Amino acid sequence: MNHQIRVTVNGVEHTAEVSPRTLLTSLLRDILSLTGTHVGCDTSSCGACTVLLNGKAAKSCTIFAVQADGAEVTTVEGLATNGDYHPIQEAFRERHGLQCGFCTPGMMITAVQILERNPSPSEAEIRSGLRGNLCRCTGYHNIVEAVKYASELSGGK
Amino acid sequence: MTSQTLIGQEVKRVEDAALITGRGQYVDDLQLPGLLHISLVRSPYGHALIKEIDVSDAANADGVTAVFTGADLQDQLGSLPAGWVLENMAQPEHPPLAYEKVRYVGDAVAAVVADSPAAAIDAAALVEVDYEPLESVVDAEKATADDAPQLHEDTPSNKAFEWQVGAGDYAEAAANAEVVVKERIVNQRLIPNPMETRGIMADYNGGTEQLTIWTSTQIPHLVRLLFSLVTGHPEHKVRVVAPDVGGGFGCKLYLYAEEVICGIIAKQLERPVKWIESRSENYIATTHGRDHIADAEICGTRDGVITGLKIHVYANLGAYLSTFAPAIPTILFGLMLNGCYKFENLDCSVTGVMTNTTPVDAYRGAGRPEATYVVERMMDRYCHEIGRDVIAVRRRNFLRPFKRGSTVAVGVTYDSGNYQGALGKALEMFDYQGFRDEQRAARAKGRLIGVGFSTYIEICGMAPSAVAGSLGAGAGLWESSTVRVHPTGTVTVFTGTSPHGQGHETTLSQITASRLGIPMTNIEVVHGDTERHQFGTGTFGSRSLAVGGQALMMSLSKVVEKAKKIAAHEMGVDAKQVVFEDGVFYVEDIREREMPWGDVALSAYWAKNLPPGLEPGLEAVSFFDPDNFTWPFGTHIALVEIDEATGETSLLRYIAVDDVGNVINPMIVDGMVHGGIAQGVGQALKEGAVYSDDGQLLTGSMMDYAVPTAEDFPTFETARTVTPTPVNDLGAKGAGETGTIAASPAVVNAAVDALKHLGVRHLNMPLSSEKMWRTIKEAKAARRAERSANARRGK
Repeated sequence: MNHQIRVTVNGVEHTAEVSPRTLLTSLLRDILSLTGTHVGCDTSSCGACTVLLNGKAAKSCTIFAVQADGAEVTTVEGLATNGDYHPIQEAFRERHGLQCGFCTPGMMITAVQILERNPSPSEAEIRSGLRGNLCRCTGYHNIVEAVKYASELSGGK
Repeated sequence: MTSQTLIGQEVKRVEDAALITGRGQYVDDLQLPGLLHISLVRSPYGHALIKEIDVSDAANADGVTAVFTGADLQDQLGSLPAGWVLENMAQPEHPPLAYEKVRYVGDAVAAVVADSPAAAIDAAALVEVDYEPLESVVDAEKATADDAPQLHEDTPSNKAFEWQVGAGDYAEAAANAEVVVKERIVNQRLIPNPMETRGIMADYNGGTEQLTIWTSTQIPHLVRLLFSLVTGHPEHKVRVVAPDVGGGFGCKLYLYAEEVICGIIAKQLERPVKWIESRSENYIATTHGRDHIADAEICGTRDGVITGLKIHVYANLGAYLSTFAPAIPTILFGLMLNGCYKFENLDCSVTGVMTNTTPVDAYRGAGRPEATYVVERMMDRYCHEIGRDVIAVRRRNFLRPFKRGSTVAVGVTYDSGNYQGALGKALEMFDYQGFRDEQRAARAKGRLIGVGFSTYIEICGMAPSAVAGSLGAGAGLWESSTVRVHPTGTVTVFTGTSPHGQGHETTLSQITASRLGIPMTNIEVVHGDTERHQFGTGTFGSRSLAVGGQALMMSLSKVVEKAKKIAAHEMGVDAKQVVFEDGVFYVEDIREREMPWGDVALSAYWAKNLPPGLEPGLEAVSFFDPDNFTWPFGTHIALVEIDEATGETSLLRYIAVDDVGNVINPMIVDGMVHGGIAQGVGQALKEGAVYSDDGQLLTGSMMDYAVPTAEDFPTFETARTVTPTPVNDLGAKGAGETGTIAASPAVVNAAVDALKHLGVRHLNMPLSSEKMWRTIKEAKAARRAERSANARRGK
């Protein structure tokens, strides 16, 4: 039996009919056509699907769409405001924090949460905060640099 | 080149605007009306006969359009070929859908087509396959035994090939040597793990017979060619598109079974179909890398002159020969074994073996990491044996610096090199003597720290086609470009390379902007689509700049030469008098008469005042076939600490000095070096595919296979020396694989160095905590036993 759900994604309210087993990733990608959120594994290991769910970073491949009923979701498509990059986007571009770009949306969302919790994280804290997100291209070096730079851009040290 | 050159500048990437805003277009992001979804039924057995397949329940399930077995499609699917054929090589059949026998866990046996991915996956579970299990063999050495199960009828003893390369007389060198050191060195199987798994969408128009395949690949043109050869569907009626590709690292470098299956099913049903590989599926259905068992011997004098190297390798090829598989453990391994060193005697033999495992092919570095690992590990073994310093002995055996060609014993000619220079620069960044003092002090306090070096070379810039062809390549390995100047002076660059993270759009734009003196925003780089660009070879083997970049330089020169003729005619002078600089054509010494680039482009298309006999338009096509490979090199240094209580090995520092020739965009090169180091360190410390004896992959998910995380690494310290290659006008050697090639021996050498005083001489990767804990415990017990034995003897 399908369920009617109401979810606010990137500030826009949507209603959708979903089956009980529809995943939040599928709602975002297949129903709302927000394909910036990626699926890189099937064990909640890689973090490519990370979104903000009610302000907290969550792996959307491991959440049913019905669990997001009434929730606010932010995806990579919602990071920029009025065409201006979010500091984390600016930092990833400026510090070459991406190569193939597949892990990048989830990586940036996780970075947003790291900086919200601690605007001036140490390198060790950044690396610890990123451990749920896998990248195979960058060796994480420039991702860490990007998070440091985003911290500077946002007024942290 | 203009004075306003962008060459060598850290230009921010033009790719990023789409990728950081969620506008990337990977295969799974593409949609077509009426799209159907495919799920594949795969063998759960390593080796079994297919007795019967009952698809009736699946075919009747909700949402299912069709179910196909191997027997249904046998005539249309053909057999997947090895694209590299060695002398006397077995070429066993490789059906995309197995129909009589399965040979590894993951071998596909049926395809279910349904109106949603979920319906296809549900119905695939209803396909009943009656298997008769057979004995499996997963170890390459054991697979050659007389009583081992045989995978293919035409491959006795499971030996696909025996390959040899050599120089001088190793046996004589060893007989005359003061020191001979032997070691069995295993280079474990790895799983590439690009963050995007493979994915394919195919669409067929029965009216035009046009088949379009979107696939996550590094080689769209080769996929089209091979697809056409395998299925008989004419090449000009196939379009292959590589959209955004989420990493490859070699494992998206082949014609895969699923590309054939999806194309043929789309054609059969005349409906668009999509197959997206799950990660668990990726672990068993996408090629693996490495998996060598090497028996190595090195010989030399007591005072540190190496005279010879002997190696035999059992190379595990998996259950079928993948497209480039025969080249990886042979050409790309054996021809690397001289390293940076001048020894004259080499004896290398490689046995390529079929086993009941996922096929093995290129993984970042592809043969070159395996060769470097053996050479650099044996170098340290030899140094320890003669009690001499690892740096002094390396220096003693280095080739002298050279700018234009040096032929080494194995018979290949390196392009340019200065191995002393790279080592010297690395030692400026690292206080070696200071570290040795620190190490002694640490040992006294019970801390285990060590340093490891890797002074490496690699073969890049794939490849001079005639050389590659003589060695077995089934295709030319040149590269092509088209430069299309539009009437307004903006430019579209088409390249046959096919990036998946390397930033070619940026790098090729930098070259074009610098040559034409126009802003990068006026340049578009197109790649990855067989309908938009003529034949190209793709992106692998650090070839895109060294070969593809030169193809672009040639086309740029051609359009500039033609534009000069047009400008000269417009200005009423001889073309020889015209200078082109910073986007302006002018008459030498008379700056008043000049034409900007855009005016000349417009003139080329307006064609009202062209020189007599000159065709309108401004476009050039070029094909570049290099006359040699390129040979990057460098020195990497790893510092590790091993926790005796837990066995955990931590990377304290990592220093990389690479020489990749001239660099177009240092930011991009550094990024690739970082990623390569991470994969090499990952192999040394964490990664490794493990099979059970009956062919089950025990490391079949991201929860079981250790892909490194951000916490596993320190900040990398990178630097460069610059020794341009004479092979292309850019002087660029290629930079995609240096880190992976250099890192694993540097880290293992460091770990052995940390435990050397305990009598440890070699460790096989990965250096897991358990392995290291046991090694230390056993080494200490052995030393205690030795001491007490000595004490007893002393009485």
